[in-house]
Amino acid sequence: MPELARIVLTGVGLAAPNGSSLPEFRESLLSGRSGVSSYEIRHVGKTQAGVCGYDALRYQSKKDLRRGTRAGSIAVYCANEAVRDAGLDLAAYDAARIGVFPGITEHGNVETEHEIHEVAKYGFDLSFWSHHHNPRTVANNPAGEVTLNLGLKGPAYCLGGACAAGNLGLIHGAQLLRLGEIDLALAGGVSESIRTFGIFASFAAEGALARHEDPARASRPFDKARNGIVVAEGGCLFALERLEDARARGARIYAELLGHCVNSDGTDFVLPDPAGQNACIRGALKSARLAAHEIDLVSTHATSTPSGDAVEARVVREVFGDGPRTYVNNTKSFIGHAMGAAGALELAGNLPSLTDGVVHPTINVDELDPECAIKNLVTNAPLSVGRVDTILNMSFGMLGINSAVVVGNVRS
Amino acid sequence: MTEEEVIQAVKDIIQTVAPDEDVSGLDPDVRLREQIDLDSMDFLDIVMELRKLYGVQVPEEDYKELATLASCVRYLHPKLSAKQLALRV
Repeated sequence: MPELARIVLTGVGLAAPNGSSLPEFRESLLSGRSGVSSYEIRHVGKTQAGVCGYDALRYQSKKDLRRGTRAGSIAVYCANEAVRDAGLDLAAYDAARIGVFPGITEHGNVETEHEIHEVAKYGFDLSFWSHHHNPRTVANNPAGEVTLNLGLKGPAYCLGGACAAGNLGLIHGAQLLRLGEIDLALAGGVSESIRTFGIFASFAAEGALARHEDPARASRPFDKARNGIVVAEGGCLFALERLEDARARGARIYAELLGHCVNSDGTDFVLPDPAGQNACIRGALKSARLAAHEIDLVSTHATSTPSGDAVEARVVREVFGDGPRTYVNNTKSFIGHAMGAAGALELAGNLPSLTDGVVHPTINVDELDPECAIKNLVTNAPLSVGRVDTILNMSFGMLGINSAVVVGNVRS
Repeated sequence: MTEEEVIQAVKDIIQTVAPDEDVSGLDPDVRLREQIDLDSMDFLDIVMELRKLYGVQVPEEDYKELATLASCVRYLHPKLSAKQLALRV
């Protein structure tokens, strides 16, 4: 295979339930601050969710917000923040060579449910059905809203990949950069899923929706008392460039994308297959030309479901075994499951480890489930491990889609 | 609804559809789209709000009657005279 262009992450824009910028988010992850709160949604009633508090009017007018979607708003916020964080002057680029690639778990459920409730008030007279329905629900909506906001002319669409989607945008952006089709990518993942009652109801029907009297303790991956998923909204888009371009403009580089893998279990609608997850992680390692023991930090996908976490823990043990300096953590314990945004947010929150050598913990582990025992799992308090040069970030989703990326410090 | 209330009803709807605009000083005789930023989708929103709030159906051939505040009053007052001004929410 020919030598491929090296790709680096030079900007981070994010909206998380416990932080609206990378410094805020990181501070929450190091101080144990949860972003999960009480939440109420029609038909479901009182539950809990990860709700974002970013300033939606920072980059959009009230009319933009009224016309668009929450996922679009999140994407626009993250894109602008990423551009600003990367110190990019978009006017210096050919707008046709800037791509926008958010991963999404789903899109359109929120808007469709809303319209059905509106027309129900009028006896299902479809003259009350909104002309905004189609532009809001098309699968490229969040990406397209970014292009409208920033005046971009390049390829912009969403990567639908269930809960593995958060890595897909990053991977796709890197691929188009390597093909020379674009010069800059704004790529990651977004989710507005807390605004559809259907997702809560469906997880509840599967017995997979978390319940806890204290919302901040509801999402508890690897803990013996875990009982399901906390749904969250959020987003994270990275500015991605070729290494040579980033160096030429003197950009600060967060990390280099060293490798990745996306595969499928091909076995079940919802149940994870450890063989598929194992193959995905090993595929990402191979692509990064790294051995398992050369990964310093594994960012797990674990969603706080009884069966899913146990399967994933088993896979992590299989692949990383007794590696003495491979540490493991989880971000959903803080913010819940941000669906299409999860993988991107989870990677972002760990990027500072590459410079500060501190691994944020997974919180709410009061009693570690023996089935989820993983060597060097960092629980409840951050751990300074000295040096983190490589991170493997994994996300898995329904229909058996698995994704993993490996990032690390740039080597000369 | 009086004619003044019809003007208020239309202004309230425009404010909902174009929340960033100041509608207080709109000139009743100048086309709305020359005074504030309203595109065709916004216009459909105005028609939709009239339908939802007041049960008024504005057929496409009558859209031109909504060009100015004054023409709105001429067109809508007969349809709204028996209705109550909706409270803004």
